[in-house]
Order: sequence, then structure tokens, then C-alpha cells
Amino acid sequence: MLSSFASAQTGDGDKPVPILSGSIGTFSFVTAGQNLIDTQINPVLLVPLGDRWLIESRAEFEGQFQRPPGGGPYGGPVDKHVDYAQVDYIANPYLTVTAGRFLTPFGIFNERLYPVWIRSLQPDPLILPINTAPSDGFMFRGGFPVSSQANMNYAAYVSTTSIGIGSVDSERHAGGRIGFFLPGPRLEIGGSFQRTLQDDRKNAFGFHMGWQPAKAPLNLRAEAARSFVGSGYWIEGAYRLSQAHFWQKAMRRTEVVGRAQQFFVGAIGADAEADFDLPSVNTREADFGVNYFLRDGLKGTFSYGRLFSSEGDFNQWSFGLAYRFLIPLGRVAAPSESQ
Amino acid sequence: MRKRMHPATFLAAILFALACVSSVFAGAPAAAKKDASAVPVVQPSDAETMRIQGEQRFHANCGRCHAAPQKFPPRMMATVLRHMRVRATITAEDQRLILFYMTQ
Repeated sequence: MLSSFASAQTGDGDKPVPILSGSIGTFSFVTAGQNLIDTQINPVLLVPLGDRWLIESRAEFEGQFQRPPGGGPYGGPVDKHVDYAQVDYIANPYLTVTAGRFLTPFGIFNERLYPVWIRSLQPDPLILPINTAPSDGFMFRGGFPVSSQANMNYAAYVSTTSIGIGSVDSERHAGGRIGFFLPGPRLEIGGSFQRTLQDDRKNAFGFHMGWQPAKAPLNLRAEAARSFVGSGYWIEGAYRLSQAHFWQKAMRRTEVVGRAQQFFVGAIGADAEADFDLPSVNTREADFGVNYFLRDGLKGTFSYGRLFSSEGDFNQWSFGLAYRFLIPLGRVAAPSESQ
Repeated sequence: MRKRMHPATFLAAILFALACVSSVFAGAPAAAKKDASAVPVVQPSDAETMRIQGEQRFHANCGRCHAAPQKFPPRMMATVLRHMRVRATITAEDQRLILFYMTQ
């Protein structure tokens, strides 16, 4: 009933305007004593057309700078690429059609949690590279209520070419993801599937869950993935200290995070694992972090992690700043309001 | 001997069928079809109910991934919500109610 009220009347002053958004971050990662300065800009362009269309794109400019082994000034590569450039057509409440380059809907981290201003811990999960290279093709997706207590969301795609990582060639894929969200307990569970449409026709599977209990400022998430390149899982909890009874002004801006994860190598060999940006041996990792929200869209981050593998155990520290910006590319006030 | 359908063709056929079926069962109100993301104008009593519903859905949906942002002008929020409709696969009703809440 509310939806009919909500769609009752509209005005020209509420028409969407193009936006340049995105995030900026600079971080220092100290892994096994080696410092890496990572600075990145991820602009997101959103251009709504008419009532049902949206053109959206995100690029990544990332510089990773280290001192050379013998000492000297920091230097390193600057990577530039387009994460997605897609056209979306909202056909009806059940279906959105997407064409172009899009983020592969495998799990939830790649699509929803990747931006530096969103993620709770800056180091990537170990299994992130599994089946998350951008896809070029088309996709059907949507979310709709299946009952008064549950929403379903889905994505199904065929990617004619996928952009490989490192020396891995492009491939043709088909796959999808389905999830069920229960707004009452704020619980989401779902699964992902991808099939390679050539050569060995390999399959990959994923599972994800998220839970935000209404009575506590806790955000619990987990993902698992299994494919020919390897398998693993991560589970992460983020707790906002807004219920603390002391230093309330500071505590409600503070979030503590913990993550446990494990990766098991596949049957492709250590060099190929490295090509996929995956560990070359079985690895376990535990991370702990603190985020401090300085203002809307700006947070300071700190994390400490320890990795365990047959190549040795070592520490990983990170700290830095992440900022999200939002700039309108047109008039944000209706003509009558601006007079 | 029956020829086996190529998996890509099979998947494309399923996706096309899904599109057709969803269009048939869409049944969206005519007003809703005018604009999927525009801010509604309603009576005050309805507005309060919508604001409460919008706040609940904002926390349930948006809080799954990120902290609450500040409120932006309606034309910007309309674009952001259309983006999130696609990115986070939130429902059309959630989109409208959250947009209403975020622009009050």
C-alpha cells in the first residue's frame, strides 16, 4: 500500500541528476617488515537517462609504491583500469537488464563491499580473486519481495569475454547469484555459481551470508568460494561501539573489526596461483582492525593481521584514510527552488 | 539422434524466458511506471508512515554494507538510489521508501 502512496505524484524537481562519486584512499601496508604505500582514486560516474535508464562506470587509479631492496626513494607502478562501464535498464520491479562491462556477481564482497570507504578492513580477503574479474556481456538482475517477510535477489549473466588477471587469457562464462534477505532479522543468505563455457568447462561455487541484528550495532558477514583455482572462506564481524557508556562522543564513531579466513590452493600450481593474485600455498589469516569515522564519508583505518602458511608466518599492519565524495554534475535544485 | 543444446544458448533462452515472465507478472501500478526513482509527494499522515517505513528499510538495506550517509538534495539521492537499486538489488518499494526518507 505504501508503494502506491510513494509513487502517487512526482515533480520535475526530483528528477535524478548525473553524479560524479567515488572514493579516495591512501594506506600504508607493512607486510613482513616491508612497507607498501597504496594510494588510489576510484571515480564513479552515474548518468541517469529518462525514468528507467542508468549509465554507470567506475575506474581505478592505484599507485603502489615501495622502496627498492637496496634502499632509495619510493617508486612503483600506477595501475589504471575500468572496473565497470555498463548500461542498466530497469524494465520492471522484477528485472533490470545490464549490458557492458560489469562486476561479476560472485559472492558479495566484489560488488558491494570492495570500495575503500565501505570495507571494514583494508586488506583484501584471500579468496577475493576467485571468479571476480570483471565480465563483459549482459546480465539480468533484480530484487523483489517473495513474501511479507522475505525478499529475493538474483543476478544471471553471460560474459562473452572476461578480462583475465596477469597472464590468464580471457574466457567465456555463464553464471549467477541468488540471495534471500529477511528484513525482520536482517539476515541474508545466498549462493553463487559460475561455469566456464570452454575447454574443461569448469564450475565454481560460492556462498555468502550477512546478519545485522537490530538490537546490537553488529555487522556479521561471511563468504566461501570453491573453484579450480582454489577454495576458502572468510568470516568478519564489525561492531560499532555506540552502546558504550563512556567516551560516548568518540565511541559512537569507533568500529572494531575482526576477520578470520583460510585459503586452500587448487590444482593449478604455485605460479598460476600467483597469476590470480592468490597465495601459492595453503594460508590462514586472522585480522583485527579499528575504524574511526571522522565525518560523513571520511574514516581513519588501522588493522593488524597475522598470516600462517608453510612459507612462514608473518605480520601485516595497515593504516590509512578513506574518503567518499559525491559531486552533482547538474542543477540539484528545481528551477522554482533556485529563484 | 537429438542434438544437444549449447549451454550458452540454453542459458540465454532461460534468461529471455525470465525476462518475458517477469514482464507479464510485473503488474506495476501505472503511476509507478512513470518514474522508478522520483520522490513522491503525499499527504502528511501518509508521509509520517512512509518516513518511518523508509527509515526502517534504510537501516535494514543500506546498513548491510555501509554506515549511514548524510542526506543529499533530492535530485542527487534519486540518482544514488537508482544506482543502489541495481548494485544492491534492493526492491522497487524499498527504493521509493528509502528515497522518501532520505529526502525529508
